[in-house]
Amino acid sequence: MSSARIRGADAILRSLEAEGVPVMFGIPGGAIMPTYDAMAHGTTVRHVLARHEQGAGHMAQGYARASGEVGVAIATSGPGATNLVTPIADAWMDSTPLVCITGQVRSTLIGTDAFQECDITGITMPIVKHSWLVQDAREIPAVMKAAFHIARSGRCGPVLVDVPRDVQEAELEFAYPDQVDLPGWKPPTKVHPLQIREAARVMAGAEKPVLYVGGGTINADACGELLALAEAGRMPVITTLMGKGAFPETHGLHFGWPGMHGPKWSNLAMNSCDVLVAVGSRFDDRVTGKLAAFAPGATVVHLDVDAAEISKLRSADVPVVGPLKKALRELAREVGRLREEGAPAPEGWLQKIAEWREEFPLRYGSTPGVIKPQLVTEQLQSLTAGEDVVVTTGVGQHQMWAMQYLLSERPRSFISSGGLGTMGYGIPAAIGAKAARPEATVVCVDGDGCFQMTCQELATAVLEDLPIVVVLVNNEHLGMVTQWQDMFFGGRRSHVHLTRAVPDYARLAEAYGAVGITVREEDELQPALEEALGLGRTVVVDVHVDPTEQCFPMIPAGAAAVDMIEWEETEGVEAAS
Amino acid sequence: MKHTISVTVEDRPGALTRITTMFARRGFNIDSLAVGPTERPGVSCITLRVDCAQHTLEQIEKQIHKLVNVLRVTELVPGDAVERELMVIKVSAEPERRAELVSTAEAFSGRVLDLGPDAVVFELVGTPEELDSFHELCRPHGVRELVRTGRIGMSRASSKRPRSPRLAAIN
Repeated sequence: MSSARIRGADAILRSLEAEGVPVMFGIPGGAIMPTYDAMAHGTTVRHVLARHEQGAGHMAQGYARASGEVGVAIATSGPGATNLVTPIADAWMDSTPLVCITGQVRSTLIGTDAFQECDITGITMPIVKHSWLVQDAREIPAVMKAAFHIARSGRCGPVLVDVPRDVQEAELEFAYPDQVDLPGWKPPTKVHPLQIREAARVMAGAEKPVLYVGGGTINADACGELLALAEAGRMPVITTLMGKGAFPETHGLHFGWPGMHGPKWSNLAMNSCDVLVAVGSRFDDRVTGKLAAFAPGATVVHLDVDAAEISKLRSADVPVVGPLKKALRELAREVGRLREEGAPAPEGWLQKIAEWREEFPLRYGSTPGVIKPQLVTEQLQSLTAGEDVVVTTGVGQHQMWAMQYLLSERPRSFISSGGLGTMGYGIPAAIGAKAARPEATVVCVDGDGCFQMTCQELATAVLEDLPIVVVLVNNEHLGMVTQWQDMFFGGRRSHVHLTRAVPDYARLAEAYGAVGITVREEDELQPALEEALGLGRTVVVDVHVDPTEQCFPMIPAGAAAVDMIEWEETEGVEAAS
Repeated sequence: MKHTISVTVEDRPGALTRITTMFARRGFNIDSLAVGPTERPGVSCITLRVDCAQHTLEQIEKQIHKLVNVLRVTELVPGDAVERELMVIKVSAEPERRAELVSTAEAFSGRVLDLGPDAVVFELVGTPEELDSFHELCRPHGVRELVRTGRIGMSRASSKRPRSPRLAAIN
């Protein structure tokens, strides 16, 4: 690339353009103003103006997860930067590729407690893959190149580039490098053939194998290879919340979701298998419950691009470190070959899990005159089946009902905050997803607690023409906390009641220029959802659901899967309220 | 079980902080830590002493290795590595007991750095265990101040020990 003398701020934009970034999400402020001024001079990168930097960060995450590209968020120093901390932490836990660009006070003021100064590289150090405080404008091209490279290579994750205002103003000869110079960053690019052979041997010889698939599979763009492996080996697939969509959920080999609110059949399969193949998953406590009691009889094969995940929690009998796309492709070939040579497919085991699914289906009751929250996600599923829909969620009961009843057919079609459990993730993530997938219908299944944490971004959705459908599962409570208080804290309700009266969500939506629909009766639900899905506008469907409904099944925190609490008709949930 | 880990890093701002932050956040403890330049310009060596189980050691090594500025992680295995530490110690010594102290220090190849009316400052270089021994011998005299650099080390000149498969997987 030919070089030209430009300012640091321009260099940031030219770098984003060179990376092919179509959109960034942010809010201007003092220390980042030179870069916003450079935007005013023109750039091919669309800027979506959020209403809160946390929203901008989650939008960038939603964009990244819907598109598979790196998300970009931009904010000013001090409070602008600290507001990005939650999205950065979220992206760290869920391995979302994210480049955050923050303004910083002038170099001469750093360390003086200047206005809107904060040590954002220090604050975020435990939750980024890497970060830079750029001290010379001439470093900007190489830093930006490295930032994108690190965010998306190996295990994906967030990086932060902090640029003092005077560095944005200083001039440099701009040339975007073709290559990175990172001698210490060498994520694995190969898979050891002996480990593949051993893994294939163990998998093909298993009588009761389970593929336990996490979000790493989606990040690795390895879902096609996963499908090939599962079909070649006739092995059942269980996808985590983060892995939802990595495998088509209407496929005959998909058997649900593991963990705390996973169906009983999935957890029975996970815990009685003889070979557990972890694919880009990390034995999170919400999946395993009591670790010592998890899948006690299983030989563990663990596939991950991050060597540090292997044997971090559960010791791996067959570790396979490397890019999942290669690993799964080679495993599919090898397992297919072993099947052809006569290693029998586990048909009896598949039959057994299918029987468990028949025997222990997801169930919920009905109360006359009350809308059950599960009905909302169930109806949403029947209305969107086969359509190009991307679902995002907040965190809590509604999220678990979305996981249980919405069937994801494609990767990147279910976007939820898994590791960090960030309430308020849903609306901004949906806006980011819409920016990535304008042709898709983007639905945010939200709770009333979550909604109120980020609902100001409805303004962004409306004004930036990024229409989303918010389906509000409104139970007038912080529902999951309420459930825990009822189940584990003697029914002592402590500060969980939000009320349905304030705010009036439909009117609030209208105040933001969106469409608001309130649903109080069951027969209004389907028409309202149909209308919302067909409007092509930002809409909030406020569904007043049973405030006493609890989410089942449930494995209490720290308990083993065998101690699962199931829904019972006579459980007396009503009494607990 | 105690282990010594030698980490070579690019000499960049925050490189050491990233390592210590990772230790703090993952709940790993550091017994001692020493940092300094190496034979390569722009590359520093951090020697860490940790007290942990084998499983934790593996986690520590892998987590350190993920840091972008880290070039290499090796464990200095006893028997296959040489380790040294520097100690400076100020011991109470009335004139009549000085000779005894100085001859003890000489037995450890120690050197007198400074002499005062009622105290001596010694410098000792040795294995951390030797320094421990000398410290013990000084105790009855009264140790007024003590600082140690933390151990540094490297593999022996004759080392032919193959890198462990564990580390080969990450380096």
